[in-house]
Amino acid sequence: MSLNAIGASRIRSDAVAKVTGQAAYANDLIPDNALHGWIVRSSRAHAGIIAVNADQARRMTGVHSVITADDLSDLFPRFGHIVADHPILAINKTLYFGEPVALIVAESRQLAYDAASTVSVVYEDLEPILSMGEALSPDAPAIHAESYMSGDHTFAQARRIEGTNVCHRAEVEWGDVDTVFSSDVAIVETRMRYPMLYAYAMEPYNATASFDGGVLDVTSTAQHPFQVREELSRIFGLPLSKVRVRVPFIGGGYGSKSYTKLEPLAAVGAWITGGIVSVALDVEGAIHTTRGDSADVWVRTAFEDDGTILAREFKVRLDTGAYADNGPLVLDKAVRRCLGPYRIPNARAHGEAIYTNTVPSSSYRGFGAPQGALAGEVNLDQAAVHLNIDPADLRRRNLIGVAGVVIPGLRPMDADLVADLDLLTSKLGDPSPSQKGRGVGFGCTASDAGAFPVSSAIVRVQSDGSATVLVGSTEMGQGSRTVLAQIAAERLGIDSMNIVVVQSDTALVPYERTTGASRTTTLEGLAVMRACDAALEQLTSIAKEHHGESGVDVEVRDGHVVSSAGSSTFAELIKTHFGSDQGEIVGYGLVRREGELEALPPFWEIGMSGVELEVDHETGEIEILHLVTVGDVGRAINPALVEGQDLGSATQGLGAALFEELIYDGPQLINPNMVDYRVPVMGDMPEAIDSLVVERGDGVGPGGAKGAGEAALNPIGGAVVAAFYRATGVWPTEIPLTPPKAWELMNPKPRVVD
Amino acid sequence: MSRFQCETTVNGVVSTVSVEPRTTLADFLRNYLHLKGTKVSCELQVCGTCTVLVDGDPVSSCSYLAVDVHGRDVLTIEGLADEGSLHPIQQAFIEHFAFQCGYCTPGFIMMAKALLEDSPHPSDDEVARYFEGNICRCTGYRPILEAVKSAARSMGGD
Repeated sequence: MSLNAIGASRIRSDAVAKVTGQAAYANDLIPDNALHGWIVRSSRAHAGIIAVNADQARRMTGVHSVITADDLSDLFPRFGHIVADHPILAINKTLYFGEPVALIVAESRQLAYDAASTVSVVYEDLEPILSMGEALSPDAPAIHAESYMSGDHTFAQARRIEGTNVCHRAEVEWGDVDTVFSSDVAIVETRMRYPMLYAYAMEPYNATASFDGGVLDVTSTAQHPFQVREELSRIFGLPLSKVRVRVPFIGGGYGSKSYTKLEPLAAVGAWITGGIVSVALDVEGAIHTTRGDSADVWVRTAFEDDGTILAREFKVRLDTGAYADNGPLVLDKAVRRCLGPYRIPNARAHGEAIYTNTVPSSSYRGFGAPQGALAGEVNLDQAAVHLNIDPADLRRRNLIGVAGVVIPGLRPMDADLVADLDLLTSKLGDPSPSQKGRGVGFGCTASDAGAFPVSSAIVRVQSDGSATVLVGSTEMGQGSRTVLAQIAAERLGIDSMNIVVVQSDTALVPYERTTGASRTTTLEGLAVMRACDAALEQLTSIAKEHHGESGVDVEVRDGHVVSSAGSSTFAELIKTHFGSDQGEIVGYGLVRREGELEALPPFWEIGMSGVELEVDHETGEIEILHLVTVGDVGRAINPALVEGQDLGSATQGLGAALFEELIYDGPQLINPNMVDYRVPVMGDMPEAIDSLVVERGDGVGPGGAKGAGEAALNPIGGAVVAAFYRATGVWPTEIPLTPPKAWELMNPKPRVVD
Repeated sequence: MSRFQCETTVNGVVSTVSVEPRTTLADFLRNYLHLKGTKVSCELQVCGTCTVLVDGDPVSSCSYLAVDVHGRDVLTIEGLADEGSLHPIQQAFIEHFAFQCGYCTPGFIMMAKALLEDSPHPSDDEVARYFEGNICRCTGYRPILEAVKSAARSMGGD
C-alpha cells in the first residue's frame, strides 16, 4: 500500500484549491462589512511633521476616521521584535519617503484612497541621509536620537553605537588574522556591491482586524503569526490569549512577510472605529513597507601557493534603512555566512547595519548569505586566476570535511561538500576563461539555518483512523502542508491523503516560533513526528489494556497496533477505549534546544549552484544557457517540492544577478513598481536546467532531513559574475549585470588625454 | 458618483450589477460577484495575475473597466472546470507541480487556455512569448512550461 509518505513526490494537498481559484488568501477573506484603510504616506525622506491637515477627509461621507500618531498615545505606539523603533504611524517626524503618516478608514477602499488624496501634511525638512557613505560620515546627524525598548533575548541584541547611524554591529573572529596578512603570502582582495531588492511576493501585504469580545482578531499575510501576536499584545497591553492571529494561504513570502508589517495599522483602525478594518496594500505600498538589504562587502584572503587558505577577513556593511526590523539578525547571519564553507585557520568578519532614510530592510531569501557570498566567492575565483589554479580545485582544497569545524562553537559540518561540488561541476562545462562570450561560474555557501529551535505540533488521531495535524507553520507555497502530512503518514502508518494539516491560527494551533530559515521540514517535522509518537504511545497502551497483555511486545505497523493477541486498527482501539463510535487520541510533540538540537544551528543549509552564460557583445545582454543546483537536503521528504524550491530560489538569484534593483534617485525610489523593477519571466530561463537532489540522511530532521529553500540562490550572484569574467575578461564589481552595465564593462570609456 | 448597469455573462451566468464607472473588472468579479479566484498583483498589466478571458481573449482585469464587459462574455478560473472534473490544463498544473504559493496560478491557467486555443501545438518559444506578461515568483517557470505542453498533448496536441 502506498502511504504517500516520506520520499514520495505526492501531489500537493493544496493542489485542487490552487488550480480552481478556491484557495483563500488573506485578501480573499475580507468580510463584506469591513471598513477599508488607506495609508497617507510621507512625501519626505527626513522631516519633522508639523501638522496633518485632514479636515476635508474627515468631512467626507463614508469616512469613519483619520488616524495619526496623536490618536495612539494610550497604546505602546511602536513595534520591532529586535528594536521597537518602528512607529505604527510616524511620530513627530518621518524617516523615509513613503512612511505611513496617517490612516484613513472609510467604507470602501476607493473612498479611503480619495480621502487620503485630500490630506496635506506640513513638514519641516531635515537633511536626508540616503546612502551608507553619508550615514557614516563623521558629521552625519543620527537618524535615531531616542533609545528604544529591546525585544526577546533570543533574537540579535542590537548593538547600536549611540549618536551614530550604526544600528547594529556584529563580528566573528578566531586565530591571528593580522599576523598572517602582515607576512609574505599571496593576498587577494575583492570588494562587491549587492543591490537593494524587492522580494515581490505577488500577494501584497494585507491585514484585517477586529475586536470581538475583548479579543483582537487579525487575519493577515504574516509568515510568523506567533511573532505578530507578541507585538500586538505589547501594543494594546493585551494578554497573549486575547490576541488571535490567523494566516490562510500566503501569496508568496520569501522572508519578506516575516515579523510584523501591517497588522498594527489594521488593529489600531479597528480599535478606534470599533469596526472590522482591512488594510490592503498595492505593490507600490508593499515596496514602501520592506525590502532586502543592499550591501557593500570587502574581503581579503591569504593563501599558500598551493591555494590553501591561511586567513580571511571580511567587512560587511548592510543598508538597513529607516528602522531596524530584522536588520540586526540579517547582519549577524551575514558575518557568519560570508566566510563560506571553508577551513579557515584565521578568520575575522566585521559587520555594521546602517540606518539610512530609506525603506526599512528586513529578511529576504538567503538572509545575509547572498550579500556575503557575492564578494567571498568572487574573491576565490579571482584568487584562482591569481594562483593559476582551477576554481573548483581551489575550493576542493579548502572545503570543510564531514563533521569539520565551520565556526568554533557551532554545529560541525553535516554535509559532504566535496561530493556536492563534484556533482555540481560534473554537470557544468569547463570553467577556464575563454573570453569568447561564453563562460561558466559556480559557487558554494553554507548558511547557519533553521533559526532558534522552538516548535510544537498536535496530532489528533480520529475515530475512523484518519488524522488531523495542528501546527503553527505557515503555508506560503513551499509545500509544508503536504510535507508535514507525509511525515505524519510515515510515522502513523496511514495514507497521507487521509491526513489534514491545519496551520497558523494562534488561537487553535500550538506554538511555532517562525516559518523561516528553511526550518519547517526539519523542526516542525520533528515536532509532528514526536506528536505522532505520543499518540501511538497512547494507542499502544490502549491495546495492551484491551488485550490484557501489559508488558508483552506490542508494536505499531501499517496503521495497526499488533501483538501476539492480534492486530487492531487505530479506529478499533479508539472505539474500544471510549466505548463509543466517536472520540479521538491526541498527541503533542515539542521541539526545543536540547539533545541533538542543543548545537546551533539545527543544520547547515548548503548552497551549490552554477551557471553557463553567453554575453552579447553588441547589446550587453546576458543569456543564461545552463543552470545547475545541488540540493543537499539529507532526505527529500517530497523530491518534487525540493526541486521546486531550488529552481524557484535560483531564479530569484538570477533576478538579482541580472535585472533586479530598487534605485533611489534622491529621496525617492524611481522604480517602485513592476514595470520598472524587472523580475525574471519565462523567456529568461535557461534551456538546460539540472536540479540535483542529494540524500545522505545526514540531517537532524525526519529521516535525516535538512532544510531547503534558500540555499540555491546564495551562490548565484558570484557564479554569474565569475562566468561573466570568463566570458569577457572583465570583473564586475556589482550586480545586477543589466545590459547597459554589462556593455559598459566590455566597452570602457576611452581615457581623455589632454 | 453616477452608476452604470452592467449586464455581463460570467462563467455562463448572466449578472446585472450596478457599478461605478471606475470599477475595474477585477473588483467587479471579486467584490460584486464574489468570484475571488481572480487575483490582483501589479495593477500595471505586467504580471498577468488577474488574467481572465473576455469573449475568449485574455485581458488584465485589474486595468480593464467593468463597464467595458457590458454585453460580453467573461470566463474566470471558477468557470474552467466542468461539473466535478478539472480542465486538462488544471490537471497538468497539478501533475507538474506548476505552482507553489498559487497566487499567480489562476492567471497562468487562463492565459494557457487562451494560448492553447490560439495554438494547440505551441513550441517552447511560443509558450514563453505568450507568457511574457505573466510573472511567477515561486517556480522558476520550468514546471509551468512542462504543464502547458503536457496539457496541449492531453487536449489533442502532438
